[in-house]
Formats: sequence, C-alpha cells, structure tokens
Amino acid sequence: MFDYAFLILLLPFLSFLLLGLLGMKMPKKVAGIIGTCVLAVLFGLSLYTAYHYFFYTGEYEAMKETFHVVNGRLDGGQGVYPTVTVFNFTWLRFTELLTFNIGFRLTPISVMMLIVITTVSFMVHIYSFGYMAERDENYKAEGYEKGFQRFYAFLSLFTMSMLGLVVATNIFQMYLFWELVGVCSYLLIGFYYPKHAAVHASKKAFIVTRFADLFFLIGILFFSFYVGTFNYDMNVTPGLTEKLTAIAANPALQWVLPTALFLMFIGGAGKSAMFPLHIWLPDAMEGPTPVSALIHAATMVVAGVYQVASLLPIYIQFHATEQLHWIAYIAAFTAFYAAAVACAQRDIKRGLAFSTISQIAYMLVALGVCTSLEGEGSLGYMASMFHLFTHAMFKALLFLCSGAIIVIIGSNFKDYMGGLHKYMPITNICFLIGTIAISGFWPLAGFFSKDEIVDACFNFAPALGWFMTLVSGMTAFYMFRLYYVIFWGQSYYELDPEHRRRPQEVPFVMWGPLVLLAIISCVAGWIPFGHFVSLNGLPEEIALQHFEFGSTAWFSLLAATIGFGLATWMYAGKKQPVADALERTFPKLHKAALNRFYIDDAWQFFTHKIVFGCFSIPIAWFDRHVIDGTFNFLAWGTNEAGESIRPWQSGDVRQYAVWFITGTVALTLVLLCLV
Amino acid sequence: MARLIMFIILAVVILASAVFCVTTKRIMRAATALLFVLFAVAGLYFILDYSFLGAAQISIYAGGITMMYIFAIQLVDKNTLQGMREHWLGKKTILAGAISLVGFATVVLVLLKNAFIQKVVSADALSNEVNMSDIGRTLMSADKYGYVLPFEFISLFLLACIIGGLVILNTKKDGNNNDKEETK
Amino acid sequence: MIQIEYFFILSGLLFFIGVFGFVTRRNLIAMLISIELVLNSVDLNFAAFNRLLFPDGSEGMFFTLFSIGISAAETAVALAIIINVYRHFHSDQVNSIENMKW
Repeated sequence: MFDYAFLILLLPFLSFLLLGLLGMKMPKKVAGIIGTCVLAVLFGLSLYTAYHYFFYTGEYEAMKETFHVVNGRLDGGQGVYPTVTVFNFTWLRFTELLTFNIGFRLTPISVMMLIVITTVSFMVHIYSFGYMAERDENYKAEGYEKGFQRFYAFLSLFTMSMLGLVVATNIFQMYLFWELVGVCSYLLIGFYYPKHAAVHASKKAFIVTRFADLFFLIGILFFSFYVGTFNYDMNVTPGLTEKLTAIAANPALQWVLPTALFLMFIGGAGKSAMFPLHIWLPDAMEGPTPVSALIHAATMVVAGVYQVASLLPIYIQFHATEQLHWIAYIAAFTAFYAAAVACAQRDIKRGLAFSTISQIAYMLVALGVCTSLEGEGSLGYMASMFHLFTHAMFKALLFLCSGAIIVIIGSNFKDYMGGLHKYMPITNICFLIGTIAISGFWPLAGFFSKDEIVDACFNFAPALGWFMTLVSGMTAFYMFRLYYVIFWGQSYYELDPEHRRRPQEVPFVMWGPLVLLAIISCVAGWIPFGHFVSLNGLPEEIALQHFEFGSTAWFSLLAATIGFGLATWMYAGKKQPVADALERTFPKLHKAALNRFYIDDAWQFFTHKIVFGCFSIPIAWFDRHVIDGTFNFLAWGTNEAGESIRPWQSGDVRQYAVWFITGTVALTLVLLCLV
Repeated sequence: MARLIMFIILAVVILASAVFCVTTKRIMRAATALLFVLFAVAGLYFILDYSFLGAAQISIYAGGITMMYIFAIQLVDKNTLQGMREHWLGKKTILAGAISLVGFATVVLVLLKNAFIQKVVSADALSNEVNMSDIGRTLMSADKYGYVLPFEFISLFLLACIIGGLVILNTKKDGNNNDKEETK
Repeated sequence: MIQIEYFFILSGLLFFIGVFGFVTRRNLIAMLISIELVLNSVDLNFAAFNRLLFPDGSEGMFFTLFSIGISAAETAVALAIIINVYRHFHSDQVNSIENMKW
C-alpha cells in the first residue's frame, strides 16, 4: 500500500547526490529545475500518502499486518488511526535485543509533518529560483558565484533529513537525522561563506545545537540502557509498555525515565531554540531567506516539538508529568522573552526570528500542559500540533515576504524600508495576511491554533492562560509594528528618489508561492484538525471552530486587538512620535531589548571567561607543554641523535670496512671470553 | 714429507705474492702478483688431491678473472698504470696493520681453543683422489647430496651477471655522447 | 705431514693481508684485487677443512667450486661498475664515489 514510501527518502537523497556531485557541470536553471521537480514529486507523494492514510476506504496490508477500515477511516483498534510501519530494517545490531533500525513509520503526526515539510520545501524551491538569482547578482561583485547549484543540493539534503526525522521508527534514527538536519542548517547558514557574519553564525548555530544534542544522546543512552530498545512507540513495540511499567514501578529506577526524557528534551530545546539555548536562531538569519523560511521557521526548529510530542505518551503514562510542567514553564518564559525582544528589533528577519522562537514556545507550552491521555488534559497535544501546522505555513509566508523585500531593498534593516505598499502590492497583501494570521484574528489560521493553546493553558492553570494571553497580545503588537514600518510610514526611497533604487514588485516565481501560502494561511484554520490528530487517537472537536461568546478565545482576541491598536497608534504614521518618546523615556530598557537582554553576552561571558579561562586554558597549556612537549622531546632527541651519527656515514667504503672488521673481531673476542 | 716441502714452498709463494700485491704501487704488478697467488692456491688444491678444483681454479680464476682485471685496468686511468697514488705509513696504514694483526691473533686464538683439531686425519693417509665422474654425478644429481639446484641456480646467476654487466656499461644516450666526445 | 694448523694459519694470513689491502688501497681495482685475496683464503679453508677433517664428504669442495663461480660473476659486475664510475667521474679512486652515499 505504502510500498512507494522509500522513494520519499530516496528521491531527495539522489537529487542531493546529483546536484552535489555534478551540479557545477550543469547550468543553474537545470539544477534548480531538477531540485524543484523532485520536490514536486515528493509533494505529490506526501499528499497521496496523507489521503490514503486519512481517507482511504478499503482494506490493505503493510508489513504483513492488515489494517481494517472502520467508520470510513483506517483503524488501528478502538477507532484510532493506526501506526503503519512501512519498512523497518536493522542497520546495526548492538546486542541481541538492542538494534539500530532504519524505518518508515506513519502516524497521524508524522503524516502531518510530511505535508508540512514537503509543502514548505516545495514553495521554497520555487521561490528560490527568483531569490537566489537576484542574490547571486548582488554577490557577483564580491567575487562570489556558483552558489545556485550548491544551494539546491543542500536543500535536497535537508528535505531528505527532515523527512527521515519525522518518519523515524525509533529514537536513534531520529537522532541520526536530527544531526543531519543540524549539518544542513550549518551548511546553509554559512551559505554566503565570504561573509564573516555568516561564518560566525553558522559556527554558533552548530556549536549550540551540538551542545544540546549531547544531552539528547545521553538521554537516548539512558533510555536504551534501561529499557533495552530504541523504540518509543508503544502501539507497535510489543512488550515496551510492560518494560516501561516495570521500570516506573521499581523505586530504585524511578528516576530513569524522567531523567532520560528531560535530557532528550534539552536536545529538543537546543533545536527548537528554547531559552537559554535560543541564541543561535537569530544569528542563523545570516543564511539566505528561503532557508530561514524552510529550516529556521517551519521545519527544523519544530523538531524539538515533534520529539516531545512523539514521546508524550511516555511522559504522561510513566510519571514524568513534572518534567512536562518544567517544559511548559521554560517555554512560557521563552515565549514572553522572545516577544519582548521582537518588539525592539531593527532587522526585520531578526524580528521574525524572535517571533518564531516565541511561537515554538507556544507549541511547547501546549505540550507541557498535557496532563492526561484523554479529555481536557490532552487538549494541548492537538493544539500544539495544530499550531505547528499553521505556524509553519504563515511563518514561511512571512519569511518569504521578508525575503522578497530584502531582495528589492538590498538590506535587512527597517530604516531602509517604509511605504512599500505602493510599490509591492502583492507582497503587502501576503505579509498582511501572515501578520493577521500570526496575531490570531478570526478567521485566519493563527486564531484557531493559538487560541486553542491558550485554552489548554487555562485548563491547566489560569495564571499560565493569562500569561499566554498577554504574550499573544505582544505577538500582535510586534507583528503589526513590523508590518507598519515596512509597508507604511516614511518611504526611504521617496526621501531621495533621484539617487535611490525604486522598489518594485518581485517576479512571479517569487510571489506565486507567497500567494499560495497566503491562501493556505487563510483556510488552514478551518481544517477539522482534531479529527486527524489527537493524543489518544480519537477524534476531537476544536471548540473554537464553533465558538460562542464568553469563551476564553475572547480574551486573547481582545489582547490581540489591543496589540494591534497600540501598534497602529505608534507606528502607522509617517512619524512615530510615541515610539520615539518611549525610546527616550526608557533608553536602558530599549537598549536591553535591542541587545536581546544580554543573553548572548552572558553566554559569551560564560564560555570565554569561565569555560575557556578556567578549564580550557589550563588544559590547552597541559596539552601544549606536557603532551606535545613529550613528543617534541622525542622528535628533538631523534633529530639530534641523527645529526650526531650522520658523519659516520661518510661514504668512505674503507672506513666502513674498518668498522665492520673491528666489530667482528671485537664480537669474536667477546664470544671467546664467554665460551 | 714431500707434501710438506711442497706446502711450504707454495705457502711462501702465496704470502710473498700477496704482500707484494697489496703493497706495490703499480697496478699491473698487483694483478700479476694476484695471478701468482691464484696459481699457488691451485697448487695447494692439488696437494689436497682436489685436482678438479685446482683445474677449475686455474682456468676460471687465473685464466678468466685475471684477464678481466687486466682489460679493466687498461680501460681506466692511464695514470694508474704508471703508479697508484698511495700514501704509505699514513694513519690508515697503521690502523689497517693493527686491525689485521689483532684480527689474525683472534682467528688463531679461535683455532687453538677449538676442539676440532683433535679429530684431524693425517693428510698423508689420504691418497684417494676424488673421482671425476663422482663429481659430475654429484653435481647433476637431485638426490640428498646432489647439487643440481645450486648448479642450475649459479648458471642463472651468471646469466644475470652478464646481463647486469651489459646494462651497467650501456649508459644512456646523452651520457654516451658525452663519453664519446670526452674519449676523443 | 701437513697439519691442519698450517693451512689455517696460511689462510688467516692471506685473509688479513687482503683486509689490509682493502683498507689501505685507494684505487677501486686494487681494492677488488684485495677482495680476491680474501675470497681465496676462504676457499682454501673450505677445501682444507673438508679434506682433513671430513674426508668422506665433499661439501667443502663443492662449496669452493661454487664460490669460484660466484666470485667470477661478482668480479665481472664489479668491474663493470668501476668502468662506469670511471666514465662518470673520470677517476678510479674510491673517494670519487663518496657522495654516492646519498
């Protein structure tokens, strides 16, 4: 039935190999078309898979297992969607029980992720045609060229890795692809490698995420050591539930599962840019904007969310709910922090990056407030996944819009923009749609998903609900601020039309994907998402889709309106007296927000002064002087010995003969004395 | 007794020629002295009743190798023929003499300390010459005490030496041209 | 009657005369001639030992025979090399090939 599934991983990999090895031999256009075609096929395959998974009626079997259709949908028992393992082969056999498998697994959320990844990736592939061509022009002057094929090769590799991550049958496979997406992220952030900022940003991203991934690996090792398997899906792994229950019931081992899960979450926090490991994501905006849209907004950064969501049944069933609540608190703080910073950013991509951090934090909050597998306690899971889905769409849209603006303006800074609504009408509309969607106004996507999260928070603890409502107000504020400073206000071009480039609308290859994503952002909220994805697998209604007056959604809607109103009051005009006055009144606060509340500097201090100063420098000294010294001494001794012995090899045969005979005679005499 | 007298005469010839050979300044004389040594050694083989060995010594060594030396001497430096530039009674000579004396003393010591001398058979008692046909048979036999493998091997070795000598002497073309110009 | 010691002392003397020549001579051909002396002394020992200690066997004799053959080959190659050296360095002195140690 899903026999073609291996193609979903194989095709982008082949495309990567082709473009990576032979890309330089082919023209730009051909390389781009190959990459885009592969993505089109993948997109089709994903839609086909999703259709069959969710709607197909008819019996079929996979992996010798027959799945039946009950009530017009696939059934894995008790009316829930089944876990379909399409293939699962052993790659490495550690022990008899512990094997490392590579497989392909379909669950409701992995199918949803397939759709998200391929949709955004496909859009980005098309969009990059225009974007990268323009950017190549910009960079030609700096002696930099031939990026186009490389770019598409990396995009293919990334798509493959991300798809591999979401269809992972076990936690180790997830880790493998997890690292692969990290590598792709590194490669693509540092794509403009002649730029120092890009190189530093790529290194920062790689090191920070690797640091977090270390904890992920330790968590996996804990888990596999005590549980004896890498599998985490209790539906398809026989005996896993019993094993976990036994561990959770044993008082001596009770700490194992919560510890392992929380360590894994730290890895996820690194990827998903949770405070205080978020520092890499804003800098990652040095990469090309399509990359920011695909990797650093829609797909890779939600890997942490996906990981926690995949393990959520284990969290809830085996006494790790406390860890879940920590996750919720960390994420809530991150959401607030990132929103506050986003209010002061001058670089539009950084602003969007902080918005991404904030929104991902929303998703993790929603997961963190899950307390039970059923009923109200499980609402957060569905809300989180729903928000993941809609956020991927409208955040990719926003990023691609900002990319269009950046291409036209040639800068990331808001000071060079303003008044663009006249010159870029389509981008304007699309950005506005994205802004409304993320701010959570009815009837766009963000309203349903985000307010569902707020709802879940209210169910968990009213204080958290109010807090998240506040953050959603801030979201509306900073997004509309961004929108106003870009598209309204004083136009930079009009200040000096003679000498400045006139902004214009981007070509069709770029605005086409924008419009498509905008349409998705408009309608995605009306998808009955709860029917497909829920924690226990049973269909769930999204309350907001039939909302009534007086529900909690009104508070967040009110907060969003206030945020919108404030932003309009402060930023809509050509001059921004209120904002400037505020900036003058609280200079320190503004400066702190602009500098991200000095978290980066704190890390800098920690790594440079404490880690380097107290540990690395003595270790380096030891390495350089003691370890290297030993070997240098050996080398020096050998060299000196050679130098002193060298004259003996004079080339004078007679001298050799003298030595030889003297030696022989001496040896004979010695032997004679001994005998 | 006659053997002993013969031995003494031959020994004197060998030692005198050898000393002359390593001390003379004329290289041609050294080669001639070598010839005398070889003849005298062949004579010793005859005394030991190894007539085949003596014949081989004369024909190969005295006949073949010495001729080769003489040709080689004439092919190289003419100054060498007039007299070699040797520095007598230098450090080297004293050193060489000392080493030789010490070495000789050591060798004699080894001999005297060894017990195998007790096993010696009187040479006079041996008058049975090694049969020529025995030698031929042994050389060509593949039995336990046969020498067919070394025999064949040494023929191959000699062939290799012929080829090797030719290759070494056959210098490259540009080198050849230089040599021709030089010799002219 | 001839004692084995006589042969031994004779060959020992011959050997060290050869060594003396090898060390003192500077001419390549003269050195080679000294080597011939050394070889002959060894050959003599083989023959004498075979004859006087183990008269029933003939290994020493055959060894001498082969040694003669090999020394012929060795002389041929060595002389070829010496002639080549002379062509290259225009000298038959041993110190002319000192830098061939590299």
